[in-house]
Amino acid sequence: MFFPISHSHINPLYLVIVGFVIGILGGFFGVGGSFIAGPALRLMGVDWNYAVGTDLAHIVGKSIVAARKHRTLGNVDMKLGMIMALGTIAGAEGGAQLIQALKRAGNVNTVVSWVAIVVYVGISVFMLWESHKTLKLNKGRSRRPVSDVKAAVSKADHSAFGPVTKKIQQMNIWPMINLPTSGIQISLWTILAVAVVGGFFSGFLGGGAGYIRMPSMVYVLGVPTHLAVGTDLFEIVISASYGTFTHAIKGNVDILIALVMHTGAVVGAQIGVVATQYFAGPKIRLAFVPLPLIGAAIVIYTLVTGHKF
Amino acid sequence: MKKDAAKSLSVFAAELAIYSVLVTGYFFLVLHVLGNWLYQLETQHRVLYAVVAILLIAGQAVVLDAVSTGLLRLLRRYWR
Repeated sequence: MFFPISHSHINPLYLVIVGFVIGILGGFFGVGGSFIAGPALRLMGVDWNYAVGTDLAHIVGKSIVAARKHRTLGNVDMKLGMIMALGTIAGAEGGAQLIQALKRAGNVNTVVSWVAIVVYVGISVFMLWESHKTLKLNKGRSRRPVSDVKAAVSKADHSAFGPVTKKIQQMNIWPMINLPTSGIQISLWTILAVAVVGGFFSGFLGGGAGYIRMPSMVYVLGVPTHLAVGTDLFEIVISASYGTFTHAIKGNVDILIALVMHTGAVVGAQIGVVATQYFAGPKIRLAFVPLPLIGAAIVIYTLVTGHKF
Repeated sequence: MKKDAAKSLSVFAAELAIYSVLVTGYFFLVLHVLGNWLYQLETQHRVLYAVVAILLIAGQAVVLDAVSTGLLRLLRRYWR
């Protein structure tokens, strides 16, 4: 099938399958899957600028479906998502500006590649250590049936990083924001700091940066994993819409490719969301570990071989 | 438990089959019709294209979600 906007020939079935895989990842982990979508589009000869912009457009559609599902399951903290969206947009603009500065300096590919490797591997190693330790701690605890009244409490999960998270939550910097859905009270500045950092990496490394925002929400803000996944998706809808708009104006979005990819993502996202109900928070976090490593492996491959994938 | 899982799997497989037929029809009808118009819009009116792009992907998300959820509900009722 010919896609006239990006001047590329791609088999629609390939796009549907890529969308399906990314949909499952998004529904289950609350990530955009840009570290797979970008290279997958590039593999078919789509230029990088179209791959980045089109991926963002596809992320909007996919995240709407997954966020709606998570909302019906009570996994979205709307108030937190709205506040974070503001910080994410500001951070994304900062990341994009740094990219422009590195472009002018002529070393954008090397710097971004090394930052990506350090960030991806760092997240994986930390989450592997934390979830493994938490699962070990939980092993001794008895599994009691949970009543409907305590359903909301059951979303709260334990983390080996919990004491540090508690200290961050106790930092009393005005204004303090009460988030009853997540069951926490935290300074607005802490939320904005997390959002700006996530947004910065979104603008700097591309995609929705859910791979850094979702863990930050769990470990820094202390949001239960299920709520972090759902809220992250809701927040991505807003920030990725902004990204799509700016990229479309710059001529970087082939919406036809995004629409085809999205048809597969709808089914994949449903499977991913339902699957979160069968896994405890630490197990979701443990399963998340290989994903940033895949991204790191792709970047190392391009750095070593010089191929653009 | 195993019976439930097998039932869910067959419902999902049936949904996937019906969904595939719908999506194939969607490719040929909607994308073929929209293709040229969107291409023209992208080259001549970028801001309008940006707005239409977001509306299209958001609209498709809501519609396809409703279609797939409706299909699942229908199939589960039929399988019962």
